[in-house]
Amino acid sequence: MEATHAHGAGHAHGDGHSHHPKGIMRWITTTNHKDIGTMYLWFSFAMFMVGGVMALIIRAELFQPGLQYVQPEFFNQMITLHGLIMVFGAIMPAFVGFANWMLPMMIGAPDMAFARMNNWSFWLLPPAGILLTASMFVPGGAAGTGWTLYPPLSIQMGIGMDMAIFAVHILGMSSIMGSINIVTTILNLRAPGMTLMRMPMFCWTWLITGFLLIAVMPVLAGAVTMILTDRHFGTSFFSAAGGGDPVLFQHIFWFFGHPEVYIIALPAFGVVSHVIPAFARKPIFGYTSMVYAIASIALISFIVWAHHMYVVGMPVAGQLYFMYATILIAVPTGVKVFNWVATMWRGSMTFETPMLFALGFLFLFTIGGFTGLVLSNTAIDVQLQDTYYVVAHFHYVMVAGALFSAFAAVYYWLPKWTGHMYDETLGKWHFWLSIVSFNIAFFPQHFLGLAGMPRRIPDYALQFADFNQVSTIGAFGFGLSQLLFLYVVLKAIRGGEKAAAKPWEGATGLEWTVPSPAPYHTFEEPPVLTEAKGHA
Amino acid sequence: MNQQASRYFVPDPSHFPLVGSAALFLLASGAVLWMNKLAPGPYVVLAGFVVLLFMLFGWFGRVIDESEGGRYNKQVDVSFRWGMSWFIFSEVMFFAAFFGALFYVRVLSVPDLASAEQQLLWPGFNADWPSAGPKFAEQFTPMGAMGIPLINTLLLLSSGATLTWAHWGLVAGKRGQLKLGLMLTIALGLIFLSLQVYEYVHAYQDLNLKLTTGVYGSTFFMLTGFHGLHVTIGATMLLVILFRVMAGHFKPDHHFAFEAVAWYWHFVDVVWLFLFVVVYWL
Repeated sequence: MEATHAHGAGHAHGDGHSHHPKGIMRWITTTNHKDIGTMYLWFSFAMFMVGGVMALIIRAELFQPGLQYVQPEFFNQMITLHGLIMVFGAIMPAFVGFANWMLPMMIGAPDMAFARMNNWSFWLLPPAGILLTASMFVPGGAAGTGWTLYPPLSIQMGIGMDMAIFAVHILGMSSIMGSINIVTTILNLRAPGMTLMRMPMFCWTWLITGFLLIAVMPVLAGAVTMILTDRHFGTSFFSAAGGGDPVLFQHIFWFFGHPEVYIIALPAFGVVSHVIPAFARKPIFGYTSMVYAIASIALISFIVWAHHMYVVGMPVAGQLYFMYATILIAVPTGVKVFNWVATMWRGSMTFETPMLFALGFLFLFTIGGFTGLVLSNTAIDVQLQDTYYVVAHFHYVMVAGALFSAFAAVYYWLPKWTGHMYDETLGKWHFWLSIVSFNIAFFPQHFLGLAGMPRRIPDYALQFADFNQVSTIGAFGFGLSQLLFLYVVLKAIRGGEKAAAKPWEGATGLEWTVPSPAPYHTFEEPPVLTEAKGHA
Repeated sequence: MNQQASRYFVPDPSHFPLVGSAALFLLASGAVLWMNKLAPGPYVVLAGFVVLLFMLFGWFGRVIDESEGGRYNKQVDVSFRWGMSWFIFSEVMFFAAFFGALFYVRVLSVPDLASAEQQLLWPGFNADWPSAGPKFAEQFTPMGAMGIPLINTLLLLSSGATLTWAHWGLVAGKRGQLKLGLMLTIALGLIFLSLQVYEYVHAYQDLNLKLTTGVYGSTFFMLTGFHGLHVTIGATMLLVILFRVMAGHFKPDHHFAFEAVAWYWHFVDVVWLFLFVVVYWL
């Protein structure tokens, strides 16, 4: 592989690290950011399937009023595990996978700053995944609290709750180590000439996401530790009888939980900020304002957490403050959306699959943002909280936002990873099937929520039946469409049209200066950065 | 290998990450079993600790060999500095969660339980801090600030000074001062920990102050306990540094391991100062 490395001239291998073990040991012992990125992405897809099956169990049960397939306790466990697995097992590892693959190439670094610890960050995920999935099979089953793990319910749960707590601890360690690695790589391993304000946008989003993760994952660890000691060691953090308060948990949890939303969304913004300029064949509009918008979103996300708990009992002054602060986030987010639109203005646009997913993201994420604005109004939230409106809102943000952006990233970078072009026709089929079935699944949930259907229940009143049936049909369509995605990816890995070093005409950045597939070690010498090779 | 190529350092493949994951899996599943009083729990936790120690010795041993072998250049050194800074920041946020809980119960939940609206539920509850909540019937004595905690504050502050003195010795090439400073720091840390153990025994036996003493006991023991754990980890790391100094490691211009542990020790000091003020004193 080294021989095909076209970059630089006459360099020698450093430290003999071109000799790596073969077979399974390659993956277990690797210190290579591309290997680790690949493992992250496959792990993420596996968890996406597991969490997806849970979602389909939920939707199957909700196809009709009354109990059809599962008992309420099991339904609650599915709700909990679906949330935890999708957030911590599927979406976050997917974007860490992209970061691993692309960041070193984008900034002209040889690898991540802490290559061994990088591998540990990945290998902590499987034990946590095992703890979470195995918790379904212990007496009492998995945690049935919802992914938010609110006490007092989480204090009364069985052994499965303890397994979820330790899984969260391990996932948190993985995230913190991964983030320290990413932040250090970006701050210290940039090629000469790659100043911070010339970095590709994906690097900026991950720099700030990494900061958010390092700041809030320890807080979540503290929160679940308090649950654990309340459960087993007689502390009273969340018990009023001992002077504590269950609401205290909600404050600590959402101090983590709201930045977590942006931990998921910001790297998605980063991907879209690459794909839209590439296919509009124009540099991104307002690079500097994009950077400031990302930073503002991140900072404001620390001071808005209680909008998740308007009705839990807080002074009107508190409600007003959290409402205004939350609405404030719409400003930098609006800056980003307008910048993306302005990037496309008078661009020479083509609509390959990555662009389709990026545009799907733009439309649907904006809808999710608008419903978020609706929910941020305390007076309206009193009606809508804990209804299907909230479910619809965050699935527009998480699925049509983060997941669509992840699909855009996969299609955009697949030629660089595999050296083959994917099947464009099938990719477009995947997009159209996904976006149509997604909207069939989740758009009716707005109506259900407005009509008053509560979330997290296995049974419902008769008048909600029609929209629930539509939603279930859409959900199964969406789930099945993802098998097509798997097929397209596998097909591109196995063969297909040879990809050029820069398969997309309008793409910019260092990652497109190396051959496709990218050599095992990219930059053993720092690349020389000229003005022309500046940010995307 | 020319000079250009050695600009970058990428470590060789390593099996220690997987060993570390196995250790944490054993520790987590063992703890789950133990807490639910299932028989193999303690043994699984013990096995996890053994594997973890094996991993720590192997991994850090490897890093020390690489460092002493001169394979780390300036860029790696800067990466370590960023890495350690961000790690300490994450630790700050971990403590912030528990300090936040303390402020919340003192400012919001305990006073609220004594408010007029709550009189029906908890008649006659008095919200004076330290409080163990309305349902806690036993008498307990809160921990005073001016005895052992004050001594402990002075101990930790002096240990920060001795550590800096040791660092001056290292930079100036005075190995004797370095060793003496390190030994003094470790000794002060160990005296701190012994006094902390004595304080806990005193609390349990004489003051009837326990982890189960309502929210005062919860916050007191969790905050001071996690701090004590961090002092233990810091003292262990200082001990490793002392052994490395004995083995002739570190040069006046190349000793980040020493500095990292010193940063960590100062961080633990600062956490204690906050603890002393808001847990013991006010």
